[in-house]
Amino acid sequence: MPTLIVDGIEVTVPVGATVLQACEAAGKEIPRFCYHERLSIAGNCRMCLVEIAPGPPKVQASCAMPAADKQIITTNSAKVKKAREGVMEFLLINHPLDCPICDQGGECDLQDQAMAYGRGTTRYDENKRAVTEKYMGPLVKTVMTRCIHCTRCVRFAEEVAGVEEIGAIGRGEGMQITTYLEHAAKSEMHANIIDLCPVGALTSKPYAFEARSWELKTTASIDVMDAVGSNIAVASRGNEVMRVLPRLNEDINEEWISNKTRFAIDGLTKRRLDKPYVRKNGKLVEASWNEAFATIKEALTGVSGNEIAAIAGDLADMETMIALKDLLGALGSTRVDAREDAAAFDAKSRASYIFNSTIAGIEKADLCLLVGTNPRLEAAIINTRLRKSVRKHGLKVINLGPVSDLTYPVTQLGTDISILKGIANGSHPFAEQLKTAKNPIIILGTAALARADGGHILAAARSIADKYAMVKDGFNGFNVLQTSASRVGALDIGFATDGAIPAILSDAAAGKLKVVFNYGADNIDSAALNNAFTIYIGTHGDAGVKSAAVILPSAAYTEKSATYVNTEGRAQQTQKAVFPVGDAREDWTIIRALSGVLGKTLPYDDVHALRISNIVKATPAWSAFGESGDISSGPVVLSITDYYQTNVVARASETMAECSRVGRGDPQLMAAE
Amino acid sequence: MSDVNFIKVDPNFGRDFAWTPDNSKTVAVHIAKYPAGRHSAVMPLLDLAQRQVGEQTNTQGWLPVPVIEFVARQLDMPYMRVYEVASFYTMYNLQPVGKFHVQLCGTTPCMLRGSDDVMRACKDRGLAKGRTTLDGLFTLTEVECLGACANAPMVQINDDNFEDLTYDSMYAILKALTEGLPIKEGDQFQTVSGEEFRKLYHAVKTGPQIDRKTSCPVDGPTTLKEMVTANHDYREAL
Repeated sequence: MPTLIVDGIEVTVPVGATVLQACEAAGKEIPRFCYHERLSIAGNCRMCLVEIAPGPPKVQASCAMPAADKQIITTNSAKVKKAREGVMEFLLINHPLDCPICDQGGECDLQDQAMAYGRGTTRYDENKRAVTEKYMGPLVKTVMTRCIHCTRCVRFAEEVAGVEEIGAIGRGEGMQITTYLEHAAKSEMHANIIDLCPVGALTSKPYAFEARSWELKTTASIDVMDAVGSNIAVASRGNEVMRVLPRLNEDINEEWISNKTRFAIDGLTKRRLDKPYVRKNGKLVEASWNEAFATIKEALTGVSGNEIAAIAGDLADMETMIALKDLLGALGSTRVDAREDAAAFDAKSRASYIFNSTIAGIEKADLCLLVGTNPRLEAAIINTRLRKSVRKHGLKVINLGPVSDLTYPVTQLGTDISILKGIANGSHPFAEQLKTAKNPIIILGTAALARADGGHILAAARSIADKYAMVKDGFNGFNVLQTSASRVGALDIGFATDGAIPAILSDAAAGKLKVVFNYGADNIDSAALNNAFTIYIGTHGDAGVKSAAVILPSAAYTEKSATYVNTEGRAQQTQKAVFPVGDAREDWTIIRALSGVLGKTLPYDDVHALRISNIVKATPAWSAFGESGDISSGPVVLSITDYYQTNVVARASETMAECSRVGRGDPQLMAAE
Repeated sequence: MSDVNFIKVDPNFGRDFAWTPDNSKTVAVHIAKYPAGRHSAVMPLLDLAQRQVGEQTNTQGWLPVPVIEFVARQLDMPYMRVYEVASFYTMYNLQPVGKFHVQLCGTTPCMLRGSDDVMRACKDRGLAKGRTTLDGLFTLTEVECLGACANAPMVQINDDNFEDLTYDSMYAILKALTEGLPIKEGDQFQTVSGEEFRKLYHAVKTGPQIDRKTSCPVDGPTTLKEMVTANHDYREAL
């Protein structure tokens, strides 16, 4: 471990650290544009110049210089200051003076560093270079004249996103950053280049000219677009969510978020349910809360407990599911479920439905078997982690299921799920590879478990995990990749019954159920609920409201403090950034208020009492799960085909609709059409 | 200029590109030169592709997007990475060029030695910077130093250098090429001027266009003069 002296401060840094990192360890601020911790080192902006002794008698780029023992680094000499001023002056030669109309203004590295390390004036009298704007798709707005060629976006696309479609064409003064032939970027992660861009060249297209960074209030929250639970910062102004940015969490999303997490938010203001509705003569009409509750009370009169059920959708929070379950219990029913796809999870064994290895744990694995899943669409962040592991730790990925481009090399075993039998009993040639692997993991998609023989597939996966020693020394390589934010929480609190939601739907269609509470389940065939009195509690006018007799408007994930458990089994809370729209209320309070009207008052008056009494820390035990039986041959049909249209918020979002259209390659419709 | 234009390109041009039998042998040689999995063969392959397009179109060749993608697929490289290479190097043409690609050096040594006159000769022959003449014969490109400063001013036409130019000699070369005179290596005729060469062989001579051997001093040796005819021991003089 080299020990060096930075401005008189002695620091010891790990082997392989750069001088820049050593300076940071000593508490020195080093300006930089091209250097980024999570990308390869380019060393082309030259802003991080320092004096290094022993060495050539000139300043050197600290980001690309390995820290060595007994080095003496000077970061604050007159020479360094002058050198950085020179670099800054060159960077600004072709940079336009358009800060007042630039969206990066106020959060711009170039602006800040020009203030701190620049000369303050320019000596350049010639014309500045101008560069045409490049089309990069519906999410990224480009003003390429502002580009300083740090190539962070190019390196991100190549290294992290794994879609090598951004590059630098031309040379010298003619160099330009662009996507290949200005096609829309085809990655679920590429909007992160907006955050990476140190200047205003790449900015957010939907957020263009919407707000200034200092006008925004930031609320630390978590994302519910998928089951990853990415940590986000919700920026709001007044009562509107303006944008979503990633928040650092090394265990989950590092510092990236997927495009859907970032840009589905315009769906929070569209197609919202902002008032209670009651169906009268086949038509939904606006009503007051009291009226809606009275209608429900009336409908429940004389209905016995076994004629009532509750279903919850993919964005359901734990508090509300607990309240809903308690309410149904008070009404005499245990028929509650949150599995829209009938996936055969064993709610009794927590290890059977969570991502046991954890997302960060993927980096410990050396062999990964994907079964019936497309992580790129189901959990883009986890796919990015898989790619990172493939690149950095030599992870080998084997796919059993639909063929797709996962952005890293994958060995395709086949599409027929019955191959799993051969792996489980050791007769498949791949079994040898599993035997020799040091730390193999299996990632099971929910689509595989949603098949009729899902329980058998779960058992086969379990026996693979046992047979090939995936569970050992505090590491569990048996992973289920959930796709909805509510799923693990629902299973944790036993919000599940036999047959899942499809069984409830078929019973409702058969007239066996009189009253069904539908808490935001929209990815179902809601026509099945037409025979029952359906109470829809949700945020958006999507599929679920079609069969609703009463609609109770609730809060979206940015409008409430609620608990979600991600696919790893990690409980996290969203925070209230803005108020619910119109007359909508926080979800659990609706159930609590309704319980009062029904004379079954639930025993908690605030959310803390609800949480304390019900959300307890569960530990995954490696107990038995799955059911033995044969696996029929045939492919797994993935649940997600369109990444940008998976939930009510995304379906209400115009930005997501545009992304979906571009992804399909459909032509853009003009106004006249 | 009225008689120059951009060549109109069929957007489908190059979609059916495939190596000729000869070239596919050359491709195999190029790929074998580099370690497996490396993409270093991209540069020779792009050059070969450009030359093949040139042979097919009777021009100096260029790289249409489908051809760039063809090379990328062959080397298992992302399209963007190959496009970056093709756009970085000026010897790859991303637009069609004529039968003769005149690359005129305008960098300091050539400019001081009269490249403006050479440029004027080009203009007077109907060439314009960045354009191709309507007859499809000439494309004029102004380039940076081509490394023949000792024989400035110079142009590169196709794969050959033409050096020690004047307005008249450049004009004459372009005129001769228009008239269909072939280009011949001037190596064996170094002390014959371009003008005499055309009269003698009815062809255009590469290299210096004046009576000059490579980049030797124009008026004969300036040093070691005694060494010109026989060996000479300068130590005697000491």
